[in-house]
Amino acid sequence: MSARLSLRRRLRERGLDAVTLLVLPAVVTVLALFVYPFLYGLMLSFQPKEGGALANYAKFFSDPFLYNTIGITLWIAIPATLLNVVLSIPVALRVRLMRSQRLLTTILVIPITLGTVMVAEGLLTYLGPRGWLNRTLLFFALTDSPVRLVHNYWGVMLSLVITGFPFTFLLTLSYVTGIDKSLEQAGAMLGARARQRFTRILLPLLAPGLAITLALAFVQAFTVFPSAILLGAPAGPTRVISIVAYQAAFEQYDYPLASAIAMLMAGVQVVIIVALLAARTLVFRGPASTGKG
Amino acid sequence: MAILSRDFRALRLDRVRHDFGQMHALRDVTLTVQRGEFVALLGPSGCGKSTALNCIAGLLQPTGGEIWLDEQRIDGIGPEDRGFGMVFQNYALFPHMTVRRNIGFGLVTQRRPKPEIARRVEEALALVRLSEHGHKLPGQLSGGQQQRVAIARAIVVAPPLVLMDEPLSNLDAKLRLEMRAEIRRIHAMLGSATIYVTHDQEEALSLADRIVVLIDGKPRQIGTPEELYTRPADPDVAEFMGYRNLVTSPAEAFDGGVAVRVAGARLSGTPMAAVDASAVVAIRPDDLHPTSDGPIEATVEIAEYHGRDFYAVARGAGGTELFFRSAVRVRAGEAVRLNATQERVLVYPAAATS
Repeated sequence: MSARLSLRRRLRERGLDAVTLLVLPAVVTVLALFVYPFLYGLMLSFQPKEGGALANYAKFFSDPFLYNTIGITLWIAIPATLLNVVLSIPVALRVRLMRSQRLLTTILVIPITLGTVMVAEGLLTYLGPRGWLNRTLLFFALTDSPVRLVHNYWGVMLSLVITGFPFTFLLTLSYVTGIDKSLEQAGAMLGARARQRFTRILLPLLAPGLAITLALAFVQAFTVFPSAILLGAPAGPTRVISIVAYQAAFEQYDYPLASAIAMLMAGVQVVIIVALLAARTLVFRGPASTGKG
Repeated sequence: MAILSRDFRALRLDRVRHDFGQMHALRDVTLTVQRGEFVALLGPSGCGKSTALNCIAGLLQPTGGEIWLDEQRIDGIGPEDRGFGMVFQNYALFPHMTVRRNIGFGLVTQRRPKPEIARRVEEALALVRLSEHGHKLPGQLSGGQQQRVAIARAIVVAPPLVLMDEPLSNLDAKLRLEMRAEIRRIHAMLGSATIYVTHDQEEALSLADRIVVLIDGKPRQIGTPEELYTRPADPDVAEFMGYRNLVTSPAEAFDGGVAVRVAGARLSGTPMAAVDASAVVAIRPDDLHPTSDGPIEATVEIAEYHGRDFYAVARGAGGTELFFRSAVRVRAGEAVRLNATQERVLVYPAAATS
């Protein structure tokens, strides 16, 4: 009896007691919906329809029509991510000083709630050859022929900015508002001009948050699918890796190959995210304020 | 780049105003600070003292009035061009920089040569007695050490004016006393002017050469600590300076004084201004003592032991609450007779209370 009691006590001292059981539903959900499918997909990718265990991967990397999609996707995802994050910094710095912050934030968040398909449909009609934009440009004779902004690289890019920006903006805003305003004032008192205050005080303190924002924004952009098809040229310049995975799975019914492609997608994302987070450790990671409040 | 000279003679505030919308934080503040002076802006919270400091610093633009440093008008100049040193209430140390880089920041923005920066940073570190902590991050220091880094950072650029915004309010009592002495010592060494914002009258009394009492955004009295302590200009200032007994009373002038009634008892007082029939009487608890023949009869309600003496609250005739100090033990429920000497009973005209 005493041994049992002391075990229970030892567990409690490590933070384990009956309340700990409350994590079970979450653990089960994660195991069932994430870990199991992932491991299943990983195993499946090593069981190709023909050939050895690595045949799917060998096939992917021997066919430029397949392996080029990694480059194509990165060529869309990286600029879109950088654009969104870089753009979000000045906007967040400005919005933080505004009074009607909520209204603006609500307006910016609407694209997230609309979803990519809706945004894509809107852009198709608005930017298309007979859309408002081109009609206006033609009417004022600013251009001779309609500007092509959809069914190519730029269409996908625009859609990624429209749906991705609110997301990065909200994250950046929360990091920016976490920086004590008196730090900038202290910088100004010590002779630092706006530019120096930004590069020497704000940016270093923002860097860890920006690394996280970049990582999350990149994952979103790298897995672009609906807008690549609807707004892009899915057979050419915007044949992103998720389209190839989709075709393997639902057009060729080659689940093992689709799994292998999915694993490669995950691999590319992990490499980029690890690189970002590693870069984060090179800069300051402590709290963005000091002193006893 | 600090364009303002350290060898200034005086900083002058001329009818400086600041309004936040309908709120008048500062109304016509006029004040001159001489080089070498230590001036405390003292007032209750919300009186506009931090607003005044921020206007001097350049962090806030006054909505009216002018600020002059000798013959140069500075209220249109940004904080980065004034080159004043400022110590913030929360210290505002850059958390990602070491103590050395924090202190050197102002010299780096002035593009000083590296050897000079290193030398001056070491001097400033020695001045605040933190030489062994230069490599640490602010988060690794105690509150008092952070405070000293903030002071070193503000003074390393040799500013003409050092501004301090309640710098000791986050420290514990013992450290506050130590830092007070430290601030006074550094001020004496620098020879520049210091403007110090505080709500703590004791701090202002012990540090400043001159005290400006701000109430509702207006300077009510400007004077030496002695003047403020012994002769507050009006009942509001008196209340803030620790005159806890404020009683309205009929007044009757006699040769060399004025007779007032406190809790039904007749007391001789000193008029602080021309007093007519009705007056406000101000007595510091320290000046009200129980004696065997005191005129004010009262019953002790609360008695606090403060080591050397007792601080007590008594209720007199008509329910008047009286705060007093006693060298002998007093107990709740005990009857006392209180007395105060004539020169420590200050009598103000009742109209002076705004």
